[in-house]
Amino acid sequence: MTTTLIWIAVALVAVGLYLSWTAGRLDRLHARIDAARAALDAQLLRRASVAQELATSGVLDPAASIVLYEAAHAARQAEEEQREVAESELSQALRAVFGEPQQVEAVREAPGGEEAAEELAQAVRRVPMARRFHNDAVRAARALRRHRKVRWFRLAGHAPFPMAFEMDDEPPQALAARAA
Amino acid sequence: MRIGIVCPYSWDVPGGVQFHIRDLAEYFIRLGHQVSVLAPADDDTPLPPYVVSAGRAVPVPYNGSVARLNFGFLSAARVRRWLHEGAFDVIHIHEPTSPSLGLLTCWAAQGPIVATFHTSNPRSRAMIAAYSILQAALEKISARIAVSEYARRTLVEHLGGDAVVIPNGVDVDFFAQAEPKAEWQGDTIGFIGRIDEPRKGLPVLMKALPRILAARPQTRLLVAGRGDEEEAVETLPAELRSRVEFLGMVSDEDKARFLRSVDLYVAPNTGGESFGIILVEAMSAGAPVLASDLDAFAQVLDRGAAGELFPNEDADALADAAVRLLADPERRAELRERGSAHVRRFDWSTVGADILSVYETVTAGAAAVAEDERATGLWGRLGLARD
Repeated sequence: MTTTLIWIAVALVAVGLYLSWTAGRLDRLHARIDAARAALDAQLLRRASVAQELATSGVLDPAASIVLYEAAHAARQAEEEQREVAESELSQALRAVFGEPQQVEAVREAPGGEEAAEELAQAVRRVPMARRFHNDAVRAARALRRHRKVRWFRLAGHAPFPMAFEMDDEPPQALAARAA
Repeated sequence: MRIGIVCPYSWDVPGGVQFHIRDLAEYFIRLGHQVSVLAPADDDTPLPPYVVSAGRAVPVPYNGSVARLNFGFLSAARVRRWLHEGAFDVIHIHEPTSPSLGLLTCWAAQGPIVATFHTSNPRSRAMIAAYSILQAALEKISARIAVSEYARRTLVEHLGGDAVVIPNGVDVDFFAQAEPKAEWQGDTIGFIGRIDEPRKGLPVLMKALPRILAARPQTRLLVAGRGDEEEAVETLPAELRSRVEFLGMVSDEDKARFLRSVDLYVAPNTGGESFGIILVEAMSAGAPVLASDLDAFAQVLDRGAAGELFPNEDADALADAAVRLLADPERRAELRERGSAHVRRFDWSTVGADILSVYETVTAGAAAVAEDERATGLWGRLGLARD
């Protein structure tokens, strides 16, 4: 009788430890998603600011300036639900404006243009990176959260179900071309 | 930035991953970052100042061959001490799925962790058995880097998730500025690689050689690499053996001069390649490249635009292509030019900047690297915690 009770106690403790370990894992994944999301936000904002700066600098022709300003402004002001669409539209606008290497050259030649072009090239390169890291974290958390033990014991608590950030982040050809 | 890099393989044994880490660390140090590399090494081997020894690697049978790995209590303790003393902003683990230092570090650390997947191993049985443990450790990696699109695809298939592709780096100018050596010039075909490792493809080249020599008897094959020379020429008719010259192991300088001198570099590898750094080195040195059409090679050669491809293990196709190229100096000049332009994207200045971008992306919005309390607290010491 006593031995049975001891065994039950041992089993319960083991299950408890396992669940607490899983909850810890999940907690860490949520922290990783938060950090990745913050990094993605920072990169998206940086990209939109550089685009807006270039649009108002007078280096570009008026039509390109308006298109770029419009898209950058919309991306910065977008509500959470429209964010993915607005950022994708900024990607498209950047591709349309900086599709030709000559346009990038023209920016570089303007005073202070070298840094601006460099910043933009860095931003369009880092947005896809940050997004990939974010979605990778989301995928890992979702895989764990779908597990029975997590659902039955509500180990995720009140944390919202993580969502991937889907957008068109293809960089403009002329800016993506690496020092060739 | 304080950067910690983890090398899974013995520092005293030369290998692609070790060279990659050495060049990467030196590139960051030149930029003024603080770098510490944790690597397995014998305690008495001389190490560069930035390398910290994690103790001696133990040879154990793993995945079909004998691998030198670090594991166990002592190694885990050294990893924790290194993490504690380094106070890194980011740690960069290479080959995190091999049961060595990379996995141990993943287990013991938390914070911004970047991992590079070099090989594209097919999923091993041990990996399936240990999947849940492995997954718990790999979950901590904030950013994954694959060295090629091919490596990324296998990574996604086997482990899920995603990775950014950043190729291995090469010091392009070191090869481009090497001095050609006259005795290696004039109708020469070059091959670099282990002679006794069939996957490096020397047997395929030996099979193709009689046909090449029938069309161009003045051709010489120069082979640089370790292995049994007698055995390598065994399949060759005796009168042709004098057309093959073995140079043995060559130094980095001689390798660059070798690649600068040969008229054609042939890479007949039959498999097991996830990147193909030697092709990048050959192109840097301006050698026209003829390679088997492995996925990784095709990608490095820009689908055949920067170098020619032949069907894998097809000795006749190799011979025909080699004869055609040796007889066509214009085509070789064209390949030389395209290769030199294409190879710039593999230069350390580009690759290093990309890797630094990854570091900056993962450290933005995250705390510094620390020991994982759950693994190193009371439970960890008792060996009860699993993550």
